[in-house]
Amino acid sequence: MARRAVAINLGLGAAVAALCLLPLWAVARAAVGPGALSAADWQAIRFTIWQAFLSAVFSVGLAIPVARALARRSFPGRGLLISLLGAPFLLPVLVAVLGILTIFGRGGLLNSGLAALGLPPFSIYGLHGVVLAHVFFNLPLAVRLILQGWQSIPAERVRLARSLRAPQFRVLEWPMLREVVPGALVLIFLVCLTSFAVAITLGGGPRATTLELAIYQAVLFDFDLARAARLALVQYGLCAVAAGVAGLIARPASFGAGLGRSIALGGGSRLFDGVAIGLMAVFLLLPLGAVLVRGAMGLSSLPATVWASALVSVTVALGAVAMVLLIAVPMALLGGRIGRGLALAVPLASSSLVLGAGAFLLLRGLVRPQDAALGVTMVANTLMALPFALRILSPAADQARAEYDRLAAALRLPILARLWIVYLPRMRRQIGFAAGLTAAMAMGDLGAIVFFAAEGQATLPLLMQRLLGAYRTEAAAGVGLVLVILSFGLFWLFDQWGRGNAAT
Amino acid sequence: MRKTAALASAGLIITAGVALADTPVLTIYTYDSFTSEWGPGPAVKAAFEAECACTVDFVAAGDGAALLARLQMEGGTSDADILLGLDTNLTASAVATGLFAPHGVTPDVDLPIAWDDPTFLPYDWSHFALIGREGGPAPASFRALADSDASVIIMDPRSSTPGLGLLMWVKAAYGDEAGQIWADLADNIVTVTPGWSEGWGLFLEGEADLVLSYSTSPAYNIVVDNDHSLRALPFSEGHYMQVEVAGKLAGSDQPALADQFLRFMLTPAFQSAIPETNWMYPAVMPEGGLGEGWSTLLQPEVSLLLSPDEAQALRSAAVDEWRDALSQ
Repeated sequence: MARRAVAINLGLGAAVAALCLLPLWAVARAAVGPGALSAADWQAIRFTIWQAFLSAVFSVGLAIPVARALARRSFPGRGLLISLLGAPFLLPVLVAVLGILTIFGRGGLLNSGLAALGLPPFSIYGLHGVVLAHVFFNLPLAVRLILQGWQSIPAERVRLARSLRAPQFRVLEWPMLREVVPGALVLIFLVCLTSFAVAITLGGGPRATTLELAIYQAVLFDFDLARAARLALVQYGLCAVAAGVAGLIARPASFGAGLGRSIALGGGSRLFDGVAIGLMAVFLLLPLGAVLVRGAMGLSSLPATVWASALVSVTVALGAVAMVLLIAVPMALLGGRIGRGLALAVPLASSSLVLGAGAFLLLRGLVRPQDAALGVTMVANTLMALPFALRILSPAADQARAEYDRLAAALRLPILARLWIVYLPRMRRQIGFAAGLTAAMAMGDLGAIVFFAAEGQATLPLLMQRLLGAYRTEAAAGVGLVLVILSFGLFWLFDQWGRGNAAT
Repeated sequence: MRKTAALASAGLIITAGVALADTPVLTIYTYDSFTSEWGPGPAVKAAFEAECACTVDFVAAGDGAALLARLQMEGGTSDADILLGLDTNLTASAVATGLFAPHGVTPDVDLPIAWDDPTFLPYDWSHFALIGREGGPAPASFRALADSDASVIIMDPRSSTPGLGLLMWVKAAYGDEAGQIWADLADNIVTVTPGWSEGWGLFLEGEADLVLSYSTSPAYNIVVDNDHSLRALPFSEGHYMQVEVAGKLAGSDQPALADQFLRFMLTPAFQSAIPETNWMYPAVMPEGGLGEGWSTLLQPEVSLLLSPDEAQALRSAAVDEWRDALSQ
């Protein structure tokens, strides 16, 4: 039984990886001639790794005290703040960058403050700006992932540790962190590895060239598919190394079964926790507030087509949610490290342009590109969100199985009943979070569709792009706001459903 | 807006009337902002369908470079009859694919330069220029900009056509000294954005004194918002041009219709749609000239443009030179 499950999972994982690698093969096949990487490519590789590494370390490093503070304290608005943690991750890149600039830019709040104090101005452009933006995007995600770890420590263990006067950190928190942190690090490292627009817009110049930009240049301006395929392979290689390293560090923590209640750990310094939560809230909410203000001014000049576009975007998002859950829930429950590992890492390291170009080459002659546009968008978004969903669902699934599989087997529960009574209720919070994240990511993605021009309705991000291209900056900000509200609304609905009546 | 809708519905009624007779379809590959409801696409489609007894089908991709990449991926099997939206920095690559057929027209166009390209015909043009604000820094050349402490936002030549245009501008004006100019400009460049719209957005946010755009960009603000605060700065070395062109595919299954469209492209019906949707100069000036807001725009004394073959030959080395100079 178990062996078969692992085999099925290996098959699923391999299928996901194949979906990502097949387009690469199609691109490589269309290419001619071997070639070496140039000095500039190596420089791009170095910068890509370095910025992704720094972004991951800062995002996760800062997330640990914040998540711990949120796990230990309750205060009015805590639930809302935890929901808002989903928001930055789902902002369209340009919207987020403009929001960040309102605070940290040349004419932003920070520099106005510095000037008032007679201090020299702060320039955001450069490696530190890239890392800052990536932390803005990914810190909240890291907080949510690590917070889930804290909440998974059963209340019974905390009480036991207290009554035995055992060091709480060493026996409970450290094993949990060792399980959760490496995965979060790799996830964010890979997200930043394929970053394109953030890195270049805030990078300040060609020093900040990432691999993804080199791939753009190779495909679009030089039509050198061989080079694009080589660079995409390098991206996969980096991803394999990162995933391998994380696999070596991570150790599953097993606390045994509890009654499914979590308890505030208590202890620690209230002041420190308050400062951690406060700083993070300010760092996230100021740019978000700027996005809302900018967008509100554009609401009066919204084009009539915005609602039709919103409908298209929501449809794509819900389709992606359904596909992700249908793949990720079984994969999380089946276990098997290799299959899961494939699905966790490979899609993240994919270049969206190579995916798009490869899909185009594969589907050429089979179907009109315009007809395939929505389908391709949905599949691409499913692939992109799958690693996040698996990362969120797997720990909960493992725990549910470790704790109840023997009991369920002893009771001879049929598989569907097992799913319904045992697994899904214990994974509900994670399913809600994963579904919300998928929906929001799919809403904001422009990704792989550059060669699949859809006829008829544009998605919201595309509509925004068109308005910007026609100088209509205000209207674009308005569409951006609609996009943000809808993305966050979808995220919140799913996330809220998952959290049910729990106050966590 | 409403006028466009009316035109489009008129077009629909006309096409509906003849749809039964197995109407031929003319497929035009173009960039996204051409076909959008704010671009020239809807008016052009309606006007051509009114005289061709055909259906115009626009297929859009991000920009000129993406269009060409898509055509190359399709090889000879493309549905495209016309590719509209390359500029002269990319036409040599396009000709080299062997996918295009000569147009056979001797065009009578109003460009600052003579037009003798046998494969492509121009439909609009503008000069690249640095845009600044009233009362802000106004250096009069790249050297003056490099010597000043004015800040500027530019686009990346590896991912955007304006970025590539700026690269060619500096190359055309300074030749072998281009690398030095870039090195001197390094401390003025705030950042390099992946595309035009990101750069324009950052400039409007006040992130820099100047931004790379077109000499015709201020027309939008004047005509639509009655805002006269933006200025295209005149540069003494002259201004590089962006000439946007269209060409016919050799593999077109509607060669006669494609030829008809290319001729139509240079008539007032097409050309009158250009200025206030694409915010560029029409390739053929309409009878009554352009509107009120256009008279105040920068008129460069010197127009620079490398031939397509030169631009193609220089591109790779110029990008390397640019990257190395700015990576110091």
